Amino acid sequence: MRAFHLILALAALLLATPSARADDDFSTALRALNADSYADKIAAAEALAALGEGRAAPILDALADGRLYVTPDGAILIEQAGTYLEPLSQKIVTTDKAEAITVNNRLRGVARGAAGRLALFSPNAQARGAAVEAIMNSPSDEAADMVRAALAKESDATIKALMVTALASLDLSSDNAGHRLAAVTQLADSSDPSVRSQIQRLLETETDLQVRKVAEKTLGSIEFRVTLMGFVANLFQGLSLGSVLLLAAIGLAVTFGVMGVINMAHGEMIMLGAYTTFAVQQGFRAFLPADLIDLYLVAALPAAFLVTALVGMGLERGIIRFLYGRPLETMLATWGISLVLQQVVRQIFGASNMEVANPSWMTGGWDLAGGFTLTYNRVVIILFCLAVLGGLAALLRWSSFGLHMRAVTQNRPMASAMGIPTGRVDAMTFGLGSGIAGIAGVALSQIGNVSPNLGQGYIVDSFMVVVFGGVGSLWGTLVGAVSLGVVNKFLEPYAGAMLGKILVLVFIILFIQKRPRGLFALKGRSVES
Amino acid sequence: MHSLSHLFLNPGDRRFWAGFTALGVLFLLLVPALNLLLPADSALHVPNYMVTLIGKYLCYAILAMAMNLVWGYCGVLSLGHGAFFALGGYAIGMYMMRSIGARGVYGNADLPDFMVFLNWKELPWYWLGFDHFWFAALMVMAIPGALAFVFGWLAFRSRINGVYLSIVTQAMTYALMLAFFRNEMGFGGNNGLTDFKDILGFDLSQDATKMGLYLLTTLVLGATFLLVRFVTASKLGRVMMAVRDAESRVRFLGYSVTGVKLFAFTLSAVLAGIAGALYVPQVGIINPSEFSPANSIEIAIWVAVGGRGTLLGPVLGAFAVNGAKTWLTGAAPELWLFALGALFILVTLALPKGLVGLWAGLRARVTEKSND
Amino acid sequence: MTDDTLMDQPHGPGIAAPGTILYVDSVTVSFDGFRALNELSLVIEPGELRTIIGPNGAGKTTMMDVITGKTRPDQGDVLFDGHVDLTKMTEDQIANLGIGRKFQKPTVFEHLTVFENLELALKCKRDTLSTLLFRLSGEQQHRIDQVLGTVGLKDKPRMLAGALSHGQKQWLEIGMLLMQDQRLLLLDEPVAGMTDAETEATAELILDLHKDPHHSLVVVEHDMEFVRALGARVTVLHEGSVLAEGSLDAVQANAKVVEVYLGR
Repeated sequence: MRAFHLILALAALLLATPSARADDDFSTALRALNADSYADKIAAAEALAALGEGRAAPILDALADGRLYVTPDGAILIEQAGTYLEPLSQKIVTTDKAEAITVNNRLRGVARGAAGRLALFSPNAQARGAAVEAIMNSPSDEAADMVRAALAKESDATIKALMVTALASLDLSSDNAGHRLAAVTQLADSSDPSVRSQIQRLLETETDLQVRKVAEKTLGSIEFRVTLMGFVANLFQGLSLGSVLLLAAIGLAVTFGVMGVINMAHGEMIMLGAYTTFAVQQGFRAFLPADLIDLYLVAALPAAFLVTALVGMGLERGIIRFLYGRPLETMLATWGISLVLQQVVRQIFGASNMEVANPSWMTGGWDLAGGFTLTYNRVVIILFCLAVLGGLAALLRWSSFGLHMRAVTQNRPMASAMGIPTGRVDAMTFGLGSGIAGIAGVALSQIGNVSPNLGQGYIVDSFMVVVFGGVGSLWGTLVGAVSLGVVNKFLEPYAGAMLGKILVLVFIILFIQKRPRGLFALKGRSVES
Repeated sequence: MHSLSHLFLNPGDRRFWAGFTALGVLFLLLVPALNLLLPADSALHVPNYMVTLIGKYLCYAILAMAMNLVWGYCGVLSLGHGAFFALGGYAIGMYMMRSIGARGVYGNADLPDFMVFLNWKELPWYWLGFDHFWFAALMVMAIPGALAFVFGWLAFRSRINGVYLSIVTQAMTYALMLAFFRNEMGFGGNNGLTDFKDILGFDLSQDATKMGLYLLTTLVLGATFLLVRFVTASKLGRVMMAVRDAESRVRFLGYSVTGVKLFAFTLSAVLAGIAGALYVPQVGIINPSEFSPANSIEIAIWVAVGGRGTLLGPVLGAFAVNGAKTWLTGAAPELWLFALGALFILVTLALPKGLVGLWAGLRARVTEKSND
Repeated sequence: MTDDTLMDQPHGPGIAAPGTILYVDSVTVSFDGFRALNELSLVIEPGELRTIIGPNGAGKTTMMDVITGKTRPDQGDVLFDGHVDLTKMTEDQIANLGIGRKFQKPTVFEHLTVFENLELALKCKRDTLSTLLFRLSGEQQHRIDQVLGTVGLKDKPRMLAGALSHGQKQWLEIGMLLMQDQRLLLLDEPVAGMTDAETEATAELILDLHKDPHHSLVVVEHDMEFVRALGARVTVLHEGSVLAEGSLDAVQANAKVVEVYLGR
């Protein structure tokens, strides 16, 4: 209550603002900080804050930090890097007699909170915005009046709107039914989940019928908007996860779907692509002018494709081709390859995570309502994965290599009899699948850690995508990846990340009991035999 | 391979029993004798840690035999056998957690330490019964067996075979790993179950208990050997091999391929569970990393190295690969993954019949020469 | 058709075709738009020997796949013994009903011995538990020896089937069919890759089996000499349905058949 009176006084002061009197009050309140008991110091800090002057903020901050000193004659000084500043005159003072004002945790808390609220009166608009948000997190009556006061002086439109919302939500706990009614009306346009819970809390205790009625209506419209925003957020995150899964799985769709080769080292191809990105970035940093660094990603794409495609072709010619027709053995051999590749990378680059920075054009994002951000890197990856898929589909459909590849898949002896070099087509197909994995690695380096174990995290998921979508169908891979990504993200809020993932795995395991060949299965004699 | 496996398969064959007895003497008498009777400074003395190490390998050998039954004989490459092994381990681990009683860090007689730590008030229902050894011993077999039966029934009935089955079993063990990592599951989360004190009243830190566990594992391996031999030498064993070689042809002869595979898969899972239950008291811990897909694939390589579809191969393979692992991870740890990776590639490319096949091939060549 | 009234019976479950061992009615199977069988209808009477001819892609093998449960028809009925609906059953259930099949490409179990191959085919209880506990009786041993003699593999019981010549594998597979002692035997090109002498012996064996009224046989074959030697009723398949039916001479004189075989 005492604080409340003070604030009324403060309001009066703010309206009057005779500066000399204010200076007197300020200096008195300041000197009061040098009290004997902590209780008095706390009262003094509150009183100082209640004056509602922005210049009190650094003083309260210094108090909280233990940087507030007092001279034997009672003058208060702020210590800053070994020098003393007189807060009223803003002059540097030299003294060796000053003693620190002792603080305890409670005082420190009060000082910090008060300083935070005072930031409402800071000349810096950003600081004022931050102060409003800070106040929203610890609402109180004083805070509401303070925001009201600040609102009266506010000139920046954005901050003003923010303050209006903040004030409305602070007013929800006001004793005045009129204030509450105004507040619930005001908040009807909000889509903030924290506002929703505030109104829910209000409804638990509200007795005024009219306030109840409006509050219920407001709650309904907020809930609708929060649900909608949540839906959009989940959808975006699901698409984002789906695009990552798709990138990881497209290469597999080529090697597994087209060639029937289970490549357990597929994840390591992704990993190699990510490390190539890292190497290209380091090359740019070392040898090229700094303003070109944003282009490293563009250079990393072909580099990663080439490196992984060559490794893939080497593996196909050196090992995998001897295992055609023995799928289980191929699986074990490629697992061996994956262990070797991981260890090679560990020997060269070390076992720890490598830092791959987003280029500036991929940093940041669009802020949407409800605290939800569309980050640029995720958006770029969604678009990028669609481009890769489209490019691959076009290659398979229209290039002569694509034609050869399909011919070899469908009837190897006949293709061979027609003069298609099946061995070379095999190598190139495997190279293509591996190269796409490398490109996926470039993309994944932008959103996660680059470590020798990078590929391991994707292997089970990408197999699931291919099996779920239907082996041999790019369309199926797309639908499989996107639907698994979206389902996963929609499950997460209810089940938690891990349980969501488990549920998705169980679902796929059950699904392929029903449709062993996946969503978009080819039906035909060749597939059945 | 075939001349050898046939000598082993031939019922009443003297060579089989001679080999079986020789192995029995080696593991059941010689190792304990060298451990207990020789002074510690003797060159032939088998130190205690070595007994436990061999005991661990024997568990791996049982696991490899289980894998061989379903992969080597029936052609079903399960990449989820590590899960059955781990489930068996968890079942016995739960019993050992319960027998800690009030001797835990928190001194709570009703709850294991990790539950006290998580502020749980009472024991979850699925922990009930694990106070009793007989119940835990039953669950060691029943849980992996039931999981394999349900999973296998769904998969084999839908004709999920070959690499598809491998991928799905891998997904199964991966899902279980994620599940067991969760604290809410009530199996100790990340840390798993550990700090065991005793089993059936025998103090696990005592050398005598360790020797007892070692001997028990040897006996179980022997029994597994006989069981696998009985199954594979039966007509069902030949149907299993027929399924491996030409699955659809077997159907047209009137055998239920689903039934045959389900039998092999379930029996194999039960054996894997038993192996896990013998393993955990000897190493003193079970945690979710046992479910990791990499572990399951490694089992396949033990079998492949030793020789698929042979009785002795998996045992040889489990000892050879794990012996090499123990030695190499001590001597040059960075080389172990290279060696293991190379082993996978080498065995599939150059040694499809494993060590047993290599030996049989060498013998055949020697006899050929002497016949000339 | 032998009995036109059979064809007029209503479709759907619960239908019956008394007096037939195999009743195929309006069966259609398509693979990705391609119609392998197109409203195929065929009736085999108990004890009958039927030969089926037709150009490549006529649907002969698909027809066998449908009868033995390997392929599910998109529509149509397939009845065994006049009342058992085969379209709902699995391959092993159908085999246990009494339908045996010899494949076009000989498929024997290469890693098992000749003896073991025959033992697996032996007629007996085939559930998993019985198979585990199976012990060969003297009578069954005798039966295997007998079949070994019939198919000319008497001196090779311990040889791995994979080591047999192509012709011997064909014979081993015929031997496996004999071991099963089925009521309806489907033989897909049984003499492909056989010498003339072997072909002749096979024809004799089939005629021998036909003497037992317990057996009904359907033989798919390209070799006209062989078809003539069997001297049975012939069905000509073309583009998934029946083009003509009758004696060999009659169908060979049929203008449509001549056009299909020679006209294109």
